[in-house]
Amino acid sequence: MGATLGVWLAAALTLCIYSFLYKDNPFYKFAESLYVGISAGYWLVYTYAYVIEPMLIEPIKTNQEFVLIIPAFFGIIMLSRWFPKIAWLSRWSIAFTVGIGAGLGVTGYIQGFLIPQVKATILPLTGMNMLTLNNLIIIIGVITTLVYFYFSKEHKGMLKVGSRIGVTFIMIAFGASFGYTVMARISLLIGRFYFLIYDWIVPIFSKG
Amino acid sequence: MNDIIKKLTAIDRRYLFIIIALVVVIPLLFKPKFPIIPKKPVIDAYKAVDSLSAGDNVMISVDYDAASMPELQPFLEALLRHCFKKELNPIMLVQWQLGAPLGTRAMEKIAKEFDVEYGVDYINLGYRPGYTAQIVGIGKEIRDYFITDYKGDLIDSFSVMDDIHNYDDIDILVGLEAGATGNIWVQYAGARYNQRIILALTAVSAPDAYFFYQSGQIEGLVGGMKGSADYETLIDHPDVAVAGMAAQSFVHILIIVFIILGNIAYFFEKRNKGKTLGGK
Repeated sequence: MGATLGVWLAAALTLCIYSFLYKDNPFYKFAESLYVGISAGYWLVYTYAYVIEPMLIEPIKTNQEFVLIIPAFFGIIMLSRWFPKIAWLSRWSIAFTVGIGAGLGVTGYIQGFLIPQVKATILPLTGMNMLTLNNLIIIIGVITTLVYFYFSKEHKGMLKVGSRIGVTFIMIAFGASFGYTVMARISLLIGRFYFLIYDWIVPIFSKG
Repeated sequence: MNDIIKKLTAIDRRYLFIIIALVVVIPLLFKPKFPIIPKKPVIDAYKAVDSLSAGDNVMISVDYDAASMPELQPFLEALLRHCFKKELNPIMLVQWQLGAPLGTRAMEKIAKEFDVEYGVDYINLGYRPGYTAQIVGIGKEIRDYFITDYKGDLIDSFSVMDDIHNYDDIDILVGLEAGATGNIWVQYAGARYNQRIILALTAVSAPDAYFFYQSGQIEGLVGGMKGSADYETLIDHPDVAVAGMAAQSFVHILIIVFIILGNIAYFFEKRNKGKTLGGK
């Protein structure tokens, strides 16, 4: 019974959201507000139940881990941004977060992006085969795209040729991204229609 | 011809929505069979999992929510089927709070199919905040972040966790990603700890991960619903993603037609404007 009610509710809300395609209406507004409210509520409850309670309150209560009060304090003063008089306090937490983010980011970026990607561009161009052609395309693509983003000199002569080729590679990449995005959006539509047909409509008729 | 073009450019977009809806619904109802030819990045992902031996640990990170469910949930289910069939031990963790129920739902559903035991053959560690610090920290000791599983039971009370401490004990990591968490797995778990990684991404994010695949930083790449359909085909268990592929193909054809018509209309309009202005 509970599952059936859930399916009907989900189907009704799906239709409410899709009704926007006809025009803006109260059903859409209701479903949209409900979604935002439930997501926020769920997030809040989940954070309390799975983060604050087991990782802060419980260890302090049972193991007397009072050191956890320090991160809790930094977390709380982050909320001081709401009160203009003490908003400056939040900068301590932000500084802490930015410091960690920057520290981790720099090492992570160099180790995880820059070096492996440069290594992946140093490719052999020996032999007359498809692999060589593929490697050549990668090398030309990387160099010409970098040329396109080289702004210290006017794009004339060889620089102009290079940047034109570079922008062609960029456009192809945008095209691939757009194609994938279309596929993503259609997948979501398929997912919803699959639900409406096989979880909602078909069971109604098969029971009847 | 000009009249037709004018009508086409002024068409109410709601008619287009109806056409797209029909092109999706009809194949879903009649289920025409479309050949599904798995792509190399997905075959590599499949091979990486398939090459593992019974008892090996597969860490699965659920980093998406309901908005990406149609694309990634079928892959999660297919991956779990593959793991249980090969007697691998899936260790699930979640980096997106709203993805927690999706991961749990898939795990409970597939575990039932294979009659495997929670805590012995698989475990669900649930969500913890601060994924960057966590991903770095797991390199030393997973217990610094996950003392308990998603229900709040101590992970040391489960035999599946006996020999799992850090990435050295994880044979492969599979990240199901709707955002940038996949980059963090590659940057830290992959680059710093040499963790073998497979990424399954929403179709929107997939093009941004191909360079990881090309550089060998990830061993396989599963992109969107098509990637999920490929994986379902490879494990020989066609399911929701395969069912959606016919509709996907028809809609793609329709969109290509729309693009061609749109361009024809654009050029006609441009030519007509040129004529009225007395230009070329």
